[in-house]
Amino acid sequence: MIFKTVLVIALCILALAILANLYRIIKGPSSADRVQALDSIGINLIASTAVFSVLLHTHAFFDLILLIGILSFIGTVAFARFIERGVVIERKR
Amino acid sequence: MNVSGEIIGAVLILIGAIFSLFSAIGIVRLPDVYTRSHAASKSSTLGVLCALVGTLLYFLISDGFFSIRLILGIFFVFLTAPVAAHVITRAAYRDKVPLAEQSVQDELKDYYMENEIARVEDKVEIVNYQTK
Repeated sequence: MIFKTVLVIALCILALAILANLYRIIKGPSSADRVQALDSIGINLIASTAVFSVLLHTHAFFDLILLIGILSFIGTVAFARFIERGVVIERKR
Repeated sequence: MNVSGEIIGAVLILIGAIFSLFSAIGIVRLPDVYTRSHAASKSSTLGVLCALVGTLLYFLISDGFFSIRLILGIFFVFLTAPVAAHVITRAAYRDKVPLAEQSVQDELKDYYMENEIARVEDKVEIVNYQTK
């Protein structure tokens, strides 16, 4: 019982962290700020997925953790290249 | 046996969540991109690592279930989160996002300006060569 309460409290803290990142996404002066906050939201989502899988006592979400991690990293790198050079994939060098 | 797994898992997950909250506070309160990158990469990575290790130990102790996928996830997050933060910060510097007003020095500035001047001179040489 105490265990589940602690897990729910951890989920609430993670939700607060995501809300704070959302504030930075809305307000952020440059687009690099926004991308950084989006990356941080992806990391927080990984943590909350892990907490959910403990709370529901299932192994089914472990694939999801890996998938969110990969997608978040690829999205961040693509956005960074877009900010830096204006294109994501360069055809000719 | 069962209870010890719950205790370890709960403590690690709570520590991870609190570190994520600290990172979010840093993201809201710090002045510019480069200082915010510290909060976004270091403490956030530590928080998610604590939460994932807590999940792994909980399932290992209470069920005897050792998840290779979770180990892969921990490894991947530990590898890629600092790389992503570095890439974003470099893109911000090349995009000429200004530093905060109270920042003291910018050591990359001279080096970056030299590179920029060299690049411009290269372009000028190429144009001269083509027009000849």
